[in-house]
Amino acid sequence: MSAILPPAERLWYKHPIDRVEGTWITIALVWCLILFFMMVGWHIWGKQNLSTETYRTTPEQFMTKAEAVAAKYTVRTETEQNIPVVAPPPGSDVYMLGRLWNFWPILELQKDKTYRLHLTAMDYNHGFSLQPANINIQLVPGFEHVVTVTPNQAGTYSVVCNEFCGIGHHQMVGRIYVK
Amino acid sequence: MSATTTYRTCPRSGLQFENQAEKLIKANAVMAVLWLAFGGILAIGVVLTRWPAIHWLPADTFYMVLTAHGLDMLIFWIIFFEIAVLYFASSTLLRCRIATPKVAWLAFGLMVIGSIMNNVAVFRGASSVMMTSYVPMMAEPSFYLGIILFAVGALIGCFVFFGTLVVAKREKTYEGSVPLVTFGALTAAIIAVFTLLSGALIIVPAWLMSLAVMNVDPLIYRTVWWALGHSSQQINVATHVSVWYLVAAVALGAKPMSERVSRVAFLLYILFLQLASAHHLLADPGVGTAWKVVNTSYFMYLAVLASMLHGLTVPGAMEVAQRQKGYTKGLFEWLRKAPWGNPTFAGVFISIIGFGFLGGITGVMMGTEQLNLIIHNTIYVPGHFHATVVVGTTLTFMALTFYLIPVLFKREMISPKLAQWQPYLFGFSMYFFCLVMMGAGTLGVSRRHWDMAFQGNALAYEWPGAAYLMMALVGIAGVAAILGGIIFVYITVGSLLWGRKLEPGKSSAAFTPVPRAAPTTAAQTYGSMGFAAPGTFALAMIFLVAFVLYYFINWKYLSTLWGLS
Ligand code: HEM
Ligand SMILES: [Cu+2]
Ligand SMILES: [Cu+2]
Repeated sequence: MSAILPPAERLWYKHPIDRVEGTWITIALVWCLILFFMMVGWHIWGKQNLSTETYRTTPEQFMTKAEAVAAKYTVRTETEQNIPVVAPPPGSDVYMLGRLWNFWPILELQKDKTYRLHLTAMDYNHGFSLQPANINIQLVPGFEHVVTVTPNQAGTYSVVCNEFCGIGHHQMVGRIYVK
Repeated sequence: MSATTTYRTCPRSGLQFENQAEKLIKANAVMAVLWLAFGGILAIGVVLTRWPAIHWLPADTFYMVLTAHGLDMLIFWIIFFEIAVLYFASSTLLRCRIATPKVAWLAFGLMVIGSIMNNVAVFRGASSVMMTSYVPMMAEPSFYLGIILFAVGALIGCFVFFGTLVVAKREKTYEGSVPLVTFGALTAAIIAVFTLLSGALIIVPAWLMSLAVMNVDPLIYRTVWWALGHSSQQINVATHVSVWYLVAAVALGAKPMSERVSRVAFLLYILFLQLASAHHLLADPGVGTAWKVVNTSYFMYLAVLASMLHGLTVPGAMEVAQRQKGYTKGLFEWLRKAPWGNPTFAGVFISIIGFGFLGGITGVMMGTEQLNLIIHNTIYVPGHFHATVVVGTTLTFMALTFYLIPVLFKREMISPKLAQWQPYLFGFSMYFFCLVMMGAGTLGVSRRHWDMAFQGNALAYEWPGAAYLMMALVGIAGVAAILGGIIFVYITVGSLLWGRKLEPGKSSAAFTPVPRAAPTTAAQTYGSMGFAAPGTFALAMIFLVAFVLYYFINWKYLSTLWGLS
């Protein structure tokens, strides 16, 4: 029962290693290195890497910019709340914000075109969970996160808030159209 | 001082309990089980609400109950029990008196007051902020104060543990190095000190913020909070792995295959995991790529390596012990002939397998910078950590409790037949629970979410039918697991209350020094034993294949998503 007794040999760090252990250590270490290089490799060859372009912002600053884009490119409004559907040209800056308890505005993007999507949370933390694509990004108040996105499939996408943000959390859902 | 206490030698196990330490271990273990029982009652509310067809609690109650479930289980149940394990691993295994018992009682008192204060705050209804309590969302001041008092108590408990090691060394109650289990507990306690200090660094400001004295930046909060939240999981792993070695020793007489490998693996936990809060911030703005990549892995995932080593050496030690008893046929006779009817052994074995296959593999997947995008804040995350803190830590602690009922509490276990079934019911239903949660999470279903139907919302998202099916299975598996939990609480509390009293064994005023272990027969020199644990190695290979396949399947999935850069 030596796991609960002091080891017999005085210096535990001189204990020999069994061959089963030696072999496994080698295999496991190689695997761990692969795990590391996959992350690095994906930055070089992969197409899904979360941008880290971030700016400090305030709700007012962000709102001003988002409203300017909405004023220019709103194509229609939807729902009883008249949420604008904003369709900026490919390559441009598009804005979406999360607040208690909705996302604003609705975006309309084009398939296979690239946009600079600016995200923020206006009050508490929120979650940007794009469904059914299943891309999940954290929204933190005070930070403007610029993510470059290239939608690869047309359809109606929902943005579900998946960071708990109070009693209306489960009502917080927005939309992005891809044509 | 040492003359005023007594030492009881348990006739059933040969373990020697110092009087004060024994009372402290009991008190902490009992508080732990009470919190587990309470957190388990709350789990009924959580799981029956997330089961779409039942959708039991109203939204505000659900979020309140979920906040309490997270805290009571993850913090109060587990840390009370860990303090008990620390005292056991120092005072009992080293056969020495506990250092400063009065201070240890103070620690206990603080933890009791803190945990109750925190719960009172939550159930007053204005502190439904989840255990993570991300600012600027605010709970009542007593919510934070309760956590702070509890953490101070736990910190004092760690220092009592260190003090006890010093006492043992000074009074020469043992020779040479401390036993492996004590060594593992020591790593847990060191990580705990780091964790609790990070906790203080962020919960104290949050408390001041709730008193409107200062303001805390949301991103700094998240970063420092996860230095607490992540490393506390390292405490759990180091502790439950220590208990695995302990149970392998007491249930099978197993010796560690190589003290060196096992101890270095424990050291790796200290060196490489405690700062790795990065993998909770992979989807966050404002943290750089290099920082994320380096801090999740330190270039080579040495902490993952450490767990992969323990995952091999614990069953490996069991296999070597079983083979020495003559169970040498084929690869797996040692496993077939293991004491599956002993709930302590069965619980630990089910825990090892589930922790590795379900908790470990998914943890690495989630902690990979890009792959995190497909699961961040989905219900996959609770799926993963129920495999680590429930199948890993909780099931292991339950198994140890069954062992302690006769040894520490001197009671005969009531319903031993039921106890035999408990680890299977709880363990396997938890396996399934975790799997279906991960299934739902892979489909994108959110965690901490009251209504996946978004009823009454014009923009409602309609989840695929498979997601609803998965969530229903979560409900069914959760109820089965809760039943397993009820059986555990019934047996433990019942045995303590009305189990037959057992003979306590002789008490004496002096300790008997700890004997040295017999020289290890395993692994005298490299390879001299041949290949001592081929069955375990085969299991490890199955594990590796599962790991590799699952890992690359997720990269494949990721590659189909929108381009992001
Ligand atoms: C006995 C059966 C248990 C069941 C059925 C259960 C069920 C659940 C469910 C369904 C959730 C996720 C709810 C959501 O995110 O919407 C949850 C969250 C959680 N559970 Fe459990 N649980 C059980 C036991 C435990 C145990 C033993 C622990 C810890 C040792 C634990 C720790 C947690 C934590 C930390 C959370 C996260 C709370 C949060 O998101 O803030 N659970 N549980
Ligand atoms: Cu939200
Ligand atoms: Cu939310």
